[in-house]
Order: sequence, then C-alpha cells, then structure tokens
Amino acid sequence: MTGRRNPGRASQWAAWAFLLPLVAYLIAFYVYPLYRNIDLSLRDYTVYTFVHGGAPFIGFGNYTAIFHDPTFATALVNTLLFTFVSLAFQFAFGMMLAVFFAQNFRLSSLLRALFLVPWLLPLIVSASTWAWMLNSGSGVVNYALHFVGVAPVNWLTSPHWSLVSVIIANIWIGIPFNLVLLYSGLQAIPATLYEAAALDGVNSWQRFWRITFPLLRPVSAVTLMLGLVYTLKVFDIIWIMTRGGPVNSSTTFATWSYRLGFGNLLPEFGLGAAVGNLLVAMALIAGLIYIRIQRRQYA
Amino acid sequence: MLFPVYWMINASFTTDQNLRKNPPNLFPIDGTLAGYRAVLSEQLPYLGTSLGVGLATVALTLVISAPAGYALAKLRPRGGGAVSFALLVSQMIPSIIMAMGFYAILLNVGWINSIPGLVIADSTISVPFGVLIFTAFMSGIPDELMQAALTDGAGRMRTFWSIVLPVSRNAVVTVSLFSFLWSWSDFVFASTLDAGGNQQPITLGIYHYIGNNDQQWNAIMATAVTASIPATILLVIAQRYVAAGITAGSVKD
Repeated sequence: MTGRRNPGRASQWAAWAFLLPLVAYLIAFYVYPLYRNIDLSLRDYTVYTFVHGGAPFIGFGNYTAIFHDPTFATALVNTLLFTFVSLAFQFAFGMMLAVFFAQNFRLSSLLRALFLVPWLLPLIVSASTWAWMLNSGSGVVNYALHFVGVAPVNWLTSPHWSLVSVIIANIWIGIPFNLVLLYSGLQAIPATLYEAAALDGVNSWQRFWRITFPLLRPVSAVTLMLGLVYTLKVFDIIWIMTRGGPVNSSTTFATWSYRLGFGNLLPEFGLGAAVGNLLVAMALIAGLIYIRIQRRQYA
Repeated sequence: MLFPVYWMINASFTTDQNLRKNPPNLFPIDGTLAGYRAVLSEQLPYLGTSLGVGLATVALTLVISAPAGYALAKLRPRGGGAVSFALLVSQMIPSIIMAMGFYAILLNVGWINSIPGLVIADSTISVPFGVLIFTAFMSGIPDELMQAALTDGAGRMRTFWSIVLPVSRNAVVTVSLFSFLWSWSDFVFASTLDAGGNQQPITLGIYHYIGNNDQQWNAIMATAVTASIPATILLVIAQRYVAAGITAGSVKD
C-alpha cells in the first residue's frame, strides 16, 4: 500500500476526518469500559460503594481470592474441556459436511443454506430448544435412547452430564460456521489436482488425506483459531441450559464471571471483573496467535 | 442437523398434557395455538423493543463503520494499520467483560435499563466487524472511479456519498444483516444492562418464560419460533450475503 501515491497533508486530514467517528467510538465504548473493568477488578466493591463510590483499592486482592477459590480449578478444567471438545467435533463434522457439499449435486446450495439455520438462530432459542430436548422427564433424546435400550439420562440435572449436555448443544451451533469456512476453502483447491489423482487411480480416502487435507491446512488453522476465540467466550448456552450447575459442574470462566457480577443478590463486581480479565487474557493470547497465523498466510 | 429446529416447531404447537406424554408425539396432532396466543398476548412489547433496538443498532453501526472503511481502504491514513489491529483485537473481547464495564459506566450516566444504553452496547459487537467488511469491500473499488469524481469537482464527502456508498451496496446489506441479527439475539447485554426496565428485548421475554416454575414449554417454544423469524427471513432473502459475510469477516484481513 505504501509508495503508491504520496498522500499530501490535505488528504491525510480528509482520511482522519472519515476515521474520526470510529476512533472516538473505540475510545468511548471499548477502551473506557475495559479500563473501568480493570479498575473494578482492583477494588473491593459492595453494592453501596458501587453506587456511591469510594470503593477501597486493594491491588491484586481480588485475583488472589479468585485463585484460592475452589471454583477456580473446576472452572479452568471445564473451560478447557468445553472449548477443546467442542472445537474438535465442530471441526470434524464441519469438514465432513464441507467435503460432502463440495460435490455440487442437485439442491446442494439450498441444503447448504438450510444448514446455516442453527448458526443464525438466537442463542437463547437454540439453548432452550436443547434444554427441552434433553429434559429428563419428557425429552425426545431420552425417548430415542429408550428406543435403543439405554436407560434415561438426567442430562441437565446430573453433575456428570451437565457439561456434556452444553457441549452437545454448542457443537450443534458451531458446525455451520466450520462448514462455511471449510467449504470456501475447498472451492479454492484447483479441480485439476483431483483429475490428475483420478487418472492415477487414487481412492477417495487417499484423495482426502493426500490432497484435500494438506491443501486445506491454512483455512483449517484459521477456522480452528477463530473457533477457539469464539468458544472461550460462550456464555448464553451454558447459562440458559444449566446456569453453570448443578454445583459448578458446568461452570466456565464466562459463567463464573457473570454469576459473581450479576447472578447474585449481592453482586461482587470486583471478583467478577477479575475472573473476566483472566478470560480476556486467554482470549487475547488465542487471538494474537490467530493474527500471527493470518499475517504469515497473507504476507 | 435440522431436527432440533423441527422439534422446536413441533413443541410450539403441542398441548401441555401432550408435551409430558411418553412417547412424545412426533407430529403436532390435535395441536394447539395456545403457545402462539400466549406470544401475542404477552410478548408483542418485547418483540417491538427488539425491533427498535435492532434497527437503531444497524443505523449506528453503518454511520460509524462505512466512513471508517472508506478511509482505511482508500484514503490510507498514517496509523491506519494500528486502527485495523485494534479492531481485530476488539473482536476477541468477550461480551460479559464489556457488559461489566458498561454497567459501571451506564450506572453513572443513569442509562441503565434504557434503550440507548442497550443500543450502544449491542453495537460494540457489530462495529469492528462492519469496518472490516467495508474495508475489504471498498478496497476492491477501482481508484479510477474516485479519481474521475475528483476531477469532476466532487469533494471527498460527495465522492463517498454518491459514488462509494452506492457501489458498496452489497457491503451495506451484509453489515446491516449481521448487526441486526446480533442485536436481535443478544442476551448478555440485555440481561445485564436492561433487565430491570419496562422495555425489554425478546431474548429476555423468552428468559422470563424459562425462569418460570411451571414451565409452559409450548409458550417457550412458540416464542422461540417467533424470535427466529427474522433470522429465517433474512436467510431466505440474503443467503449469499450471509456466506460472503462470514468468509469476508474472518478469513480476509
């Protein structure tokens, strides 16, 4: 971009005039709330001090309290399990469907559009639908299990299954996103490669592992990294289906932070903000890796 | 993949006692419209609020992001790279964290439980995305087109308004589509910043139903179906923009 044309002083002014609303917006509605959030995490807030001011500065006291809280280990393990199990299945199913749709049969574009539906539905809709399907008394999932001779499972109310339940719902929601990205990646692979492989008598399994998968690696990396950034943030699904319970069995950093800040009668904004900032740190690390990968690809 | 969607529609037409039946009815036989009657009598104000918040969010997003995209794509300001980087990073910040900061600020300003507060919060999801889409799209507009306008004596504002913006119609549609959908389906900001007022969006309408002790699943599912209608309509009208939006927003820099 540089060196094409030496922009004069006047056009620099014009450029910044067009950019100014955005810069003002980012400062007012991103930088300042984040600053307030960091400030919250370093103070000891009660409802009174929150409204009337004067919360004492306690440095990293909230962070120390968080690390010593027994919920911390549970939330950490749950966040990691939720994120990585979701990612693995979303990606695998997305890949299978992308390869399937890449064959361009009749109606494939219509079907592909229908597969986007789960991704466009409001999360509260998907989450309550899954809560209904996994209902232990009259849910359709337990009915299907009964049909094949498996005993009913208390999906949402048993501490052994609550995390599994929210992961299942989250996988369903994430498949379309993976499908779209991987499908667009598949379109970029030249058809001549497959024709040559067909002449060499390659079977379809080899075709996938030797051609499609390696050539799709850059797109796969981007898909997985974006999935990682998005999945770390997931809150609605878990909160609506289980509220992180029973007894923290499906609590992640996102729901823990929300519960501390907004879920109790006595909000603990300082602690909530501290958990939130840990989540920001995790998301940023994942995000910076993503940006690095992208830079390398498009450099 | 579509079974849950079907099951939601099925349950929305089923009577309460049939919902508890085992085995469940696979089709809404002797169905009821009770769920939808409940929606009509109880949820219309919520739907109206969501519509208003959605449209205002679209407007705010377009006003901020279209000029910024033009500047980043065509006017090449010094420091533009840093702004793009800030936008990428801002997309990675979880909404719950933003919600906590916003809560503190809106409380001071007295905007808790207000529509403007919710619109601003919702727009933080779509503005960075919008700028990236506009930048990507406007980079593809030939420079000659703008040069011609400048030669004809149009100022930058005029060029932007009557050349660049009309040509970028597809980007405008994509950004509007996504910002509307995201604000329509937002639950985090609604439940933290607007849970106490008398103008609440539809996501909270559903949430109140779920929180009820004797859960009326047909009403919940009927509301869920109703709340999904915008997404469905938009998908039908603009499916090629949807795919283009996901791809452009995430793969291109």
